Amino acid sequence: MALLQISEPGLSTAPHQHRLAAGIDLGTTNSLVATVRNGVPLCLQDEEGRILLPSVVHYLPDGQVAVGRKAQVAQAVDPRNTIVSVKRFMGRGLKDVAHVETMPYDFVDAEGMVRLRTVQGVKSPVEVSAEVLRDLRIRAERSLGGELTGAVITVPAYFDDAQRQATKDAARLAGINVLRLLNEPTAAAIAYGLENASEGVYAVYDLGGGTFDLSILRLSRGVFEVVATSGDASLGGDDFDHRLFCWILDNAGISLPSDRDARRLLMKAREVKERLTSDDSVPIRLTLDSGDEVDLTLDRSVFADITATLVAKTLKPMKKALRDAGLEPEDVKGVVMVGGATRMPHVQKTVGDFFGQTPLTNLDPDTVVAIGAAMQANILAGNRAAEDEWLLLDVIPLSLGVETMGGLAEKIIPRNSTIPTARAQDFTTFKDGQTAMAFHVLQGERELVSACRSLARFELRGIPPMVAGAARIRVTFQVDADGLLSVTAREQTTGTEATVQVKPAYGLADDEITEMLKSGFEHARDDMELRGLKEQQVEAERVIEATEKALLADGNLLSDAERADLDAAIAALKSAAAGEDARAIKIQLESFNRASNEFASRRMDKSIRQALAGHKIDEIRL
Amino acid sequence: MLDLKQDYFALFGLAPSYAVDLDRLEQAYLDLQAKVHPDRFAHLSDAEKRLSMQWATYANEAFRTLKSPLERGQYVLELKGVDPEFETNTAMSAEFLMEQMEWREALGEAREAGDEDTLEELARRIRRDGKALVEQLGAQLDEQDDLAAAADTVRRMKFLEKLQHEINDALTALES
Repeated sequence: MALLQISEPGLSTAPHQHRLAAGIDLGTTNSLVATVRNGVPLCLQDEEGRILLPSVVHYLPDGQVAVGRKAQVAQAVDPRNTIVSVKRFMGRGLKDVAHVETMPYDFVDAEGMVRLRTVQGVKSPVEVSAEVLRDLRIRAERSLGGELTGAVITVPAYFDDAQRQATKDAARLAGINVLRLLNEPTAAAIAYGLENASEGVYAVYDLGGGTFDLSILRLSRGVFEVVATSGDASLGGDDFDHRLFCWILDNAGISLPSDRDARRLLMKAREVKERLTSDDSVPIRLTLDSGDEVDLTLDRSVFADITATLVAKTLKPMKKALRDAGLEPEDVKGVVMVGGATRMPHVQKTVGDFFGQTPLTNLDPDTVVAIGAAMQANILAGNRAAEDEWLLLDVIPLSLGVETMGGLAEKIIPRNSTIPTARAQDFTTFKDGQTAMAFHVLQGERELVSACRSLARFELRGIPPMVAGAARIRVTFQVDADGLLSVTAREQTTGTEATVQVKPAYGLADDEITEMLKSGFEHARDDMELRGLKEQQVEAERVIEATEKALLADGNLLSDAERADLDAAIAALKSAAAGEDARAIKIQLESFNRASNEFASRRMDKSIRQALAGHKIDEIRL
Repeated sequence: MLDLKQDYFALFGLAPSYAVDLDRLEQAYLDLQAKVHPDRFAHLSDAEKRLSMQWATYANEAFRTLKSPLERGQYVLELKGVDPEFETNTAMSAEFLMEQMEWREALGEAREAGDEDTLEELARRIRRDGKALVEQLGAQLDEQDDLAAAADTVRRMKFLEKLQHEINDALTALES
């Protein structure tokens, strides 16, 4: 893909070393990794020269794990141990997963997230995804010739907190430092907007293998602002395959196929769907293990008919996003199509009819998300000068709130709030002498708690006994730039506090991750220790380099004594980093962070005052 | 750092009046985010990341507040030491309350009947009334300095906003 050159050599952060950063599109069907090399974003190939990695993981009885095409081949012969479309299970309980009955897996309905029993034991979707991510990390490191500083991982914009957290956990498990979780349609908008120097309101219609997103963005010079986002976290190309699979069963008179036959028929369905993009009619011929013969022909128009309700399901999110944005379809200057499923002609037609214009399909819908993610990763890793950077303002897709009396959900942060964001709400006790209060954190738009996603439950204890209604408990929701929530509850009169990272309910507890990391690296313990040391050394180098640069620019913000203290802290960190003790470096890093806090804060103030100064001049001129 | 956080208007270099130049507000907001946004600090120390998140959060809160006619009105009142008392003060003119009841009735009926056109029409009327209230609030705050009247207007705007939300919800429900 020919992108505008976005970084001229003179403008990069040279003479500092270029940091290796990547963008990873962790897709339902395929995953891929991209990077920016010499200012040009490109997708990285595997050893056979292929870009797309099928998101398929095969667990073999001998302890080996195959990922990608090798795993895909095993689909029909060993369906139970070959996990496809695992993204659909991320952060989801068994009851949330559609078509369970036709899936060949041995599900374990664990608390929070569903698990899969394989020949290598029970696996969480996080572990399965981590296999895919690890494969891509290794590909990137081999191709770039060094360890990654970090990566931007994309997620569907409509992913809720649990799904985002699960994705971040998977990356961590794969040994990836996550620079940012980036919404897929936003990543596509970056790639599209920069290539075409677009200005105005754009819609991104992203129909992937298992998820649908619709984001409305305002693009102006150097700013990508998401105005509204909507979607369906369980609607995608897979559902079209499934519809077609059912049609084949019906028309071939097959009921209850075996796991292997079912998987073969599903693969056939996908193949037929893809061929119908270019062909008007496709023959379906297959002899099953059961001896049943399939001999059918499917016309494109029939396929459009049997999947019309699926396409129609994307209309509601489109309308909702426009209403949230306060816009009409004609306000949208262009509609960017993303995701392999948007290749289907009847999808393009429906979208075109809705917006009254031909959708933009000049980008490769399979790679545009990874390309945008790579561009963002390049910026986040610090490879470009601040003046050249674009500003990306994204939103949360679903409202966040807490349960109140009577099983009702009270919203604290409404959907489409620009992140990072924080909101607080005060609650009080309803009984005399009440010393504890339970909170139930929810995500969703519905009024009834039962219709929202439960993210976490926690308790604030140690409230001093008071009469009912006298305590003032402030609950603060903070959503960071990854779209992840943390909640704090604090009794205002006494300062009793409880904080939760909204994690354990659907994500994995920290010790669970540690356990997986350990077992994953069992055969390579030295390697892991080495990696840990290397990571700390890289981190120390990064922090020292950044601080020294900052001191050159803004050293005058410190008194001589403060300067001496900070210099001493740098020296201590340098000497720790020169050693071989990862823990010692970590401890020095922490104390260094404390020492540099005040300096960072003054630099921030200075930079803000500079930003404001421009406007003061304007005012005088008025 | 704290003095910068005392007043949203000062943060964006704007005069503390109800009437604001929205283009200038937005430009000042974007300039500020360009400096403080977490994407600028992703490769720096934890201390800087934390500060950046706090500032970007604050900038978003300030911008959101000043951009919304209702929240801006409420904020100007707060700066002047007046609490609009949404929960406790529900004393409204009989005329306004009657109108509210009629609208709610119309909303309920249209929702029952699944009447999209009526809902859209209702939404338009509320937007129109809302605009009039914004102008009225501007005069009360910036010209007449009549804080009691302004608080009353803000409460009315709050009513309308709630109604608007309910209409939107009803419309969304109809589309499913």
